[in-house]
Amino acid sequence: MKNSIVLSLLFVVILNYSCAQDAENKATTPNSPVFKAELFVDELQIPWGFTFLPDKSILITEKGGELIHFLNGKKSIIGNIPEVYQRGQGGLLDIALHPNYNENGWIYLTYASSEGEEKGGHTALMRAKLDNNSLTNIEQLYKAVPNTTKGQHFGSRIAFDNDGYLYFSIGERGNRDINPQDITRDGGKIYRLYDDGRIPEDNPFVDVDGAKTAIFSYGHRNPQGLIKHPITGEIWDNEHGPRGGDEINIIKKGANYGWPLTTYGINYSGTPITDETTMEGMEQPIHYWVPSIAPSGMAFVTSDTYKDWKGSLLVGSLAFQYLERLVLEGDKVVKREKLMADLGRVRAVQEGPDELIYVAVEGKGIYKLIPIK
Amino acid sequence: MKLILPLYVLTVFTLGFLLYQESGLKESIKKGSEIYTDFCVNCHLDNGKGVPFTYPPLAKSDYLEKTREASIHAVKFGLQGEIIVNGLTYNNTMTSLGLEDEEIANVMNFIMNSWGNTQTKMVTEKEVSAIEK
Repeated sequence: MKNSIVLSLLFVVILNYSCAQDAENKATTPNSPVFKAELFVDELQIPWGFTFLPDKSILITEKGGELIHFLNGKKSIIGNIPEVYQRGQGGLLDIALHPNYNENGWIYLTYASSEGEEKGGHTALMRAKLDNNSLTNIEQLYKAVPNTTKGQHFGSRIAFDNDGYLYFSIGERGNRDINPQDITRDGGKIYRLYDDGRIPEDNPFVDVDGAKTAIFSYGHRNPQGLIKHPITGEIWDNEHGPRGGDEINIIKKGANYGWPLTTYGINYSGTPITDETTMEGMEQPIHYWVPSIAPSGMAFVTSDTYKDWKGSLLVGSLAFQYLERLVLEGDKVVKREKLMADLGRVRAVQEGPDELIYVAVEGKGIYKLIPIK
Repeated sequence: MKLILPLYVLTVFTLGFLLYQESGLKESIKKGSEIYTDFCVNCHLDNGKGVPFTYPPLAKSDYLEKTREASIHAVKFGLQGEIIVNGLTYNNTMTSLGLEDEEIANVMNFIMNSWGNTQTKMVTEKEVSAIEK
């Protein structure tokens, strides 16, 4: 009798899992490809982030600590970049241009930095200008504390919204039970600043005693995708879950995204972290992946360059080594496609000024997707 | 009779040394398991089996068994390009992890004594520091 109860309970549990939202294997491979991938920038190690300058040349961050300028088919190394803390997932991370770059010339970078008293490192944000193949006017805008020798979860991505606010992400630095839910500590957060590093007066926690007032949202694990929605202007992130439970979230002011109190994932060892996938006062992802694809990079397709792609979201998969296209209806994922299979770990994706999609793959380089008409 | 004392001393010292080494290895494995959780587990997984064709296994890995020096080199400086592990081809990138030599020795000892792996010779900090790029 007892057994039958256990069995029926198990059945319910299994049923629950099988009803869980679409898994990796439900990403379909399109029958007729709409593009051909052409290697545009070759021989890159870990191209973490990249951005296009007005002359259509590309600035590329290598995690190993190099900033590369790719102009007319040639690479040159940009000098005077900050010292980068190399450990685990830390290194030189994302790069973004100021929305008014043409007028002010500001370039923003995130990186792991060992600056500070304690041993180890934490994520920092800086801005600088580019002059004669070298960074000048360097200003550090944020440095998370305290340093730690943990190797995980530095984040990081940078995005600007329509009002000129700067957002950037920092992962929870391997301190999941402390950092993400504590707004007096750095890590596991998405931050919002003015473009010069000042803290906006209406940030959600400016009046909270001891809070890190740059925080815009919390309860994140390790966001490595951050982008402005081209129509709504909202900021979207994607973040790594543990084993299972990678997420896409729409970032709201002051909101708690639940980690590690709610998650669709489990520990790497297979043991549960929590039974909760929802909790009052905590945001739900608009999409989650079980098993984890290990998402990195994110771009919306805003043009009709590729057949039927307009409005889709592109996300890189590190673990399964492909580019995923998510077809959206509003903020609902209705279909997923697996593209560029087995090319390598997809680290970053961008829509270029020529409306073509560029995809950075570890150990390979940056691919340009040439549409097939 | 004259031999007994030196023999006794020698035995005590030998036993002491062996036990000391043993506890050194145990300590190293323990520290190594923490490094593993920090730096390795999200790709190579808790069971050391990795992901076929993506992340090579460390459990019962012939690569690890046959190429001790290259394995340490990979942890120290990273690894890129094609390797064959237990008959499967892997072509991926592992970055340099930025670990100290002592940490590398510890995590190697953990890996080489877990999931059915049994090494005969402990990895030491000295051995790791001798391996150059």
